[in-house]
Amino acid sequence: MIIDKVKKVNKTEKERTKNKIAANMMIGKWVKCDECKEIIYKEELHKNLSVCPNCGKHFRLSSRRRINQIADEGTFTEIASEIQTKDPLNFDGYLKKVEILKEKTKIEEAVKCGICNIEGEKAVIAVMDGNFLMGSMGSAVGERITIAIETAIEKRLPIVIFCVSGGARMQEGIVSLMQMAKTSSAIAKLNEEGLLYISVLTDPTTGGVTASFASLGDIILSEPKALIGFAGPRVIEQTIKQKLPQGFQSAEFLLEHGFIDKIVERKDMKSTIAKIIRLHKGGKVEDG
Amino acid sequence: MAKLTAWDRVQLARQLERPKSLDYIQKIFEDFMELHGDRNFADDKSIVGGIATIDNIPVTVIGEQKGKKIKENMERNFGMPNPEGYRKALRLMKQAEKFKRPIITFIDTPGAYPGMGAEERGQGEAIAKNLMEMARLKVPIICIVIGEGSSGGALAIAVGDRIVMLENAIYSILSPEGFASILYKDSTKAKEAAENMKATAQDLKSLEVIDYIIEEPEGGAQEDVNQVALNIRKYILKNIKELQKLSTEQLLNERYEKFRKM
Repeated sequence: MIIDKVKKVNKTEKERTKNKIAANMMIGKWVKCDECKEIIYKEELHKNLSVCPNCGKHFRLSSRRRINQIADEGTFTEIASEIQTKDPLNFDGYLKKVEILKEKTKIEEAVKCGICNIEGEKAVIAVMDGNFLMGSMGSAVGERITIAIETAIEKRLPIVIFCVSGGARMQEGIVSLMQMAKTSSAIAKLNEEGLLYISVLTDPTTGGVTASFASLGDIILSEPKALIGFAGPRVIEQTIKQKLPQGFQSAEFLLEHGFIDKIVERKDMKSTIAKIIRLHKGGKVEDG
Repeated sequence: MAKLTAWDRVQLARQLERPKSLDYIQKIFEDFMELHGDRNFADDKSIVGGIATIDNIPVTVIGEQKGKKIKENMERNFGMPNPEGYRKALRLMKQAEKFKRPIITFIDTPGAYPGMGAEERGQGEAIAKNLMEMARLKVPIICIVIGEGSSGGALAIAVGDRIVMLENAIYSILSPEGFASILYKDSTKAKEAAENMKATAQDLKSLEVIDYIIEEPEGGAQEDVNQVALNIRKYILKNIKELQKLSTEQLLNERYEKFRKM
């Protein structure tokens, strides 16, 4: 018994720090990088644009944080926020799940759209949010993105879409599938108008979003190491009955295969987008 | 027809003996000539396409093609296209636009093939591009789901001015098995999924996703292929003539609005 007590008192300094870290993690001040396993102070992570200061891993971003990183301060005006989740299949428990999620995440749907300035360049942006049902696209996401594209056409502005998505939203069935056609039709119109569309793929971009507007940018950027594909890795592995090689469907893999233009680190994203917008000014079609 | 459950129709839509795209193409059109290849990588046999006439109107015909026997199914990859298939379809559709031919597509696929090569060669890009291009093709497009219309792999040749289904066809976001494995975490609940995912022609008509249901004989299309082919032919002729009366601008505006309201 006495020995036990001594043991308790003599816990090493290291162990005590570990406990402290663990305690702080419990109250949400620390996160562990799942790439390099480093424990990072959350505030430091956020100051570093949610990129691991140790290994450079780009953590997933909420739409709110992303907009703060890209839009000039105080310039973002939201559009299409009145478009809310619909339940065309009367799918059991779906709307209830959405209500709980809205309460928990304080976000309304898996995309937030608006008009803002990016280094002074006015643009429409649509930012998907993986915290809301994996960024899946149902009628609200498709409708909001279509409104964003149509707003770009109407106001003759460039549009930037940040993609993150697990694919089409199953709970809305065929209606989700139709959003792929709807958004792609709107992009086709945008092209006829000679307006610029920059698509930014972030981790992960898959399924129906990859197979529609995400792949249709005039310029397609990606964050490093983002997973990008049509079929998810698990589905492919089940089909071919073997493990996929390391790095299959990564942004680097897509760059090598010719499907994206450029991989851009988060710290350079805003300036890169602004530069692309500036480079597209003054073409013949620009009449606004 | 006796009241069938959604799962009954899934079974019917997948039946090996159910008529496939080429069966209909040969019965509906005169002098069909098949054309091959995407001019880029390969000729994908899970999508067939070519030129033909219907009542002396030249048309371009495209269809997802499953096999009826195991050997043919291997050759056709069970009707699951790779990117080359979609690119071949797009090449033929652009050709149709150049020569002002209406386009008829037949949809019958369990989905785009989820293989390594398909990903390497841009399955997502290939589908996306078809959706975007089909939205603006300046000729009438009629899309007919004849069997299984599953996921983006079906939609990739199904953006048009008329979307119709055979009575026992299904059209859905994913196979009932895939749907069950995602939402119920159990792929054996496919039957339950089929009932809930609203994938039958009747469901899609009431959701206003499709325009029309083409009748099948009792027991399914394989019971009387000639009759079903005739029903399809009548529909195509009536609607080509209607669509050809529209100006290009009207045609494209109506197509845009069709998907815009979904």
